[in-house]
Amino acid sequence: MSFSAIFVQLLNGLASASSLFLVAAGLSLIFGVTRIVNFAHGSLYMLGTYTAYSLVQWFGGGIPGFWSGVLLSGVIVGLFGALVERLLLRRLYHAPELLQLLATFALVLIISDFTLWAWGPEDLLGPRAPGLAGAISIAGRRFPEYDLFLILLGPLVLGLLWLLLTRTRWGTLVRAATEDREMAGALGVNQAWLFTSVFALGSFLAGLGGAIQIPREPAVLTMDLSILSDVFVVVVVGGMGSIPGAFLAAVIIGVLKAMCIGIGNVHAFGIDFSFSKLTLVVEFIVMAVVLVIRPWGLFGRSQGAPRAASTEPPLNLPSPALQKLLLAGLIMLALLPLASDRYTLVLMTDILVFALFAVSLHFIMGPAGMHSFGHAAYFGLGAYAAALLFKHVLPMELALALAPFAAGLGALLFGWFCVRLSGVYLAMLTLAFAQIAWSVVYQWDSFTGGSNGMVGVWPAQWLASKTTFYYLALVLCAGGTMVLWRILYSPFGYGLRAGRDSPLRADAIGIDVRRQQWLGFALAGTFAGLAGAVYAFSKGSISPDALSIPRSVDGLVMVLMGGIQTLTGAVAGAAVFTWLQDSISRQTEFWRALLGGIILFLVLVFPQGIAGFIRERWEARSGRSEA
Amino acid sequence: MTVLRVSDLCKSYGGVQAVCNVSFSLDAGEILALIGPNGAGKTTCFNLLNGQIAADSGSAEFEGRSLIGMQPREIWRLGVGRTFQITATFGSMSVRENVQTALLNFHGKLTSIVTLAGRLYVDEAMALLERVGIAAQAERPCGVLAYGDLKRVELAIALANHPHLLLMDEPTAGMAPTERVALMQLTAELARASSIAVLFTEHDMDVVFAHADRILVLNHGTLIAEGKPAEVRANRQVQEVYLGSGSVYGAAHGAEHA
Repeated sequence: MSFSAIFVQLLNGLASASSLFLVAAGLSLIFGVTRIVNFAHGSLYMLGTYTAYSLVQWFGGGIPGFWSGVLLSGVIVGLFGALVERLLLRRLYHAPELLQLLATFALVLIISDFTLWAWGPEDLLGPRAPGLAGAISIAGRRFPEYDLFLILLGPLVLGLLWLLLTRTRWGTLVRAATEDREMAGALGVNQAWLFTSVFALGSFLAGLGGAIQIPREPAVLTMDLSILSDVFVVVVVGGMGSIPGAFLAAVIIGVLKAMCIGIGNVHAFGIDFSFSKLTLVVEFIVMAVVLVIRPWGLFGRSQGAPRAASTEPPLNLPSPALQKLLLAGLIMLALLPLASDRYTLVLMTDILVFALFAVSLHFIMGPAGMHSFGHAAYFGLGAYAAALLFKHVLPMELALALAPFAAGLGALLFGWFCVRLSGVYLAMLTLAFAQIAWSVVYQWDSFTGGSNGMVGVWPAQWLASKTTFYYLALVLCAGGTMVLWRILYSPFGYGLRAGRDSPLRADAIGIDVRRQQWLGFALAGTFAGLAGAVYAFSKGSISPDALSIPRSVDGLVMVLMGGIQTLTGAVAGAAVFTWLQDSISRQTEFWRALLGGIILFLVLVFPQGIAGFIRERWEARSGRSEA
Repeated sequence: MTVLRVSDLCKSYGGVQAVCNVSFSLDAGEILALIGPNGAGKTTCFNLLNGQIAADSGSAEFEGRSLIGMQPREIWRLGVGRTFQITATFGSMSVRENVQTALLNFHGKLTSIVTLAGRLYVDEAMALLERVGIAAQAERPCGVLAYGDLKRVELAIALANHPHLLLMDEPTAGMAPTERVALMQLTAELARASSIAVLFTEHDMDVVFAHADRILVLNHGTLIAEGKPAEVRANRQVQEVYLGSGSVYGAAHGAEHA
């Protein structure tokens, strides 16, 4: 690869870094002030692209039409963001932090289907930018003028944001709230107004970042989640809440990605290595490395612990009444095949699988206090391990028995890094590892079947009927759930909760909190792997979807929808979510939006989750709740 | 018998000498108070001993073993118990479970996943709660306890590993005056009964002069006085430091207790 080619790739990287920076700066601002991890940020970006496409067409081609269209889309998305903050998020500021995340995820679903409804499924490529449609010659190569404009736009926006944050009263308030939100509130800063305006600005930046992409990249329906993971990485690498950090990180990641594409296949020391295959993971590798060396990102600082220590509810042994209820539930599940058709059995098998998956996620999120955004990695590792063992060497029963341990080993490896972090950084690192695992599976055609996955992963003859397999799933998944719950009442579980409740005290009574969390992480990964292995054999095939980000998010939704503060919540959430997904997706093409709407409804009406709500009612009725 | 021997301990932050050449020793069963005005280096000194920060130079030996560079949890293993200025307990557990968790780790059981933790070491936990006088509250969740009672829970947790040394950072901060005296009274009785050495920092001079066997006075990171309460009270330099900051309200008052 020649020098000029490298140089042009460098410029390409800088051009894409600008858009990345705009979107990331918006996310970082919003997180800094409101502490909300805005999952819908990628959707705002997507809205910006589609809106700009339509506006530019509507305004006609010329210079004023194009540029006013681009700018106006940013403004429209900004206003939309402000509206979302006022109508939705405002109602959730007093709810647990994770619930706001759930609400923003519901928005992802709704916006995604809205876009499909409004613009249709085809990819839309915008016109070239009038006035900058040509190309200039750089180092003997043609380079688009528009990309040069983008390269300049990034630093320009950085400068403007810097002026806004350091030279205006509003900027001072934003910085104060980012540093210490409670103190800013105590000093009389009008938080409602500040939050709305920050949300509007952040959304505007996301919309603008999307709008400026139209001459370069087509508008596609999957761009919301793909940019989201990029932007998460940029914000985390730069340090949550730091705008210069986001810029630096965007440049690093934009350039590295462009370089990986540019270098392509390299043959060195007798080994062929494809750098272009690295494109999908290079940013996550950067993030993992940065977080291990600098746990709060390049320019970030450790977030102070919230002043008011939030008290987790006590974890009591299930009351005799609840035990009876659980037993009755189990008996009903065991009798179910007598009175149901094939279809119900398949759905119930799915519910059992996802219940175990959700319970294993709850195990680390609830009692251990580690919020994982990438739990599907272990589900997928279990599923793939089962399929690979079965295809290559082992009978089905042994493959099923060993696969969870493969997932456990994966969790042991990834977990070692993750437990060194906490809070949102830990969450992002789990996401990064899940994405790395996904990308390996997705690209390793010869071993994992690549994007097609693997087929013919069928259970052994004696388990082949839907009924027998249902019983197998019931035994393994209900059993796994019971084991995980039981462990929470064991000394090991007490150690986990001790580390969550008060790391300071846990340390002072000799508990190695990291080790406890590490083992807990591996244990949860093992059981997620068991769920994955059962899933693989129940479907007869397996694809990279099993460890994709949406699958991880499904798990989060199940746990949060059910209620993170109760053990049974994860099961309730998994059952309701799986059933909803199944029944709605058969009713309407726009099932995502409907599901999003239902999630929003649940979040607003039952902020404690389904099981949490039922428990509250129960306690209120039996008068057992302690004042 | 000397339990803790500290010599020439130093720690600076940037150009500020937070703790400078501090030396002292502490015997079994002795109650030693570390006092001084705000910013004198008490907390730094404390955190050097409990492993939360690393010393620049000097040594701290507990029963002949150097504490320098050790993690807090390793120091706990040696037999050092701690309480915090702002109570740190496990809010999702009952009072009894808090103590049980400490006992579980003391008995090396924290990786066990088969037994029910709530049924282990119940008697031992209840005996500890009995000793600090809150056995009646054993089944209440720590999250709903009054602050004074939480301080007692902390003391019970700190006693779980049969410590030879108790480090108490402002043990009575945030408590009502009558509770303060009662808590230190209890601590003193426990320390003397089991010959536990106690090192505590404290702002309340009533508490200090009533219960300390010996007092160390820190100012600007250096020890300016050391001795029995009466000697320290008579020390000119100490009087200047405290009268200068206007915080001796216990000089005459404390004499009645002594």
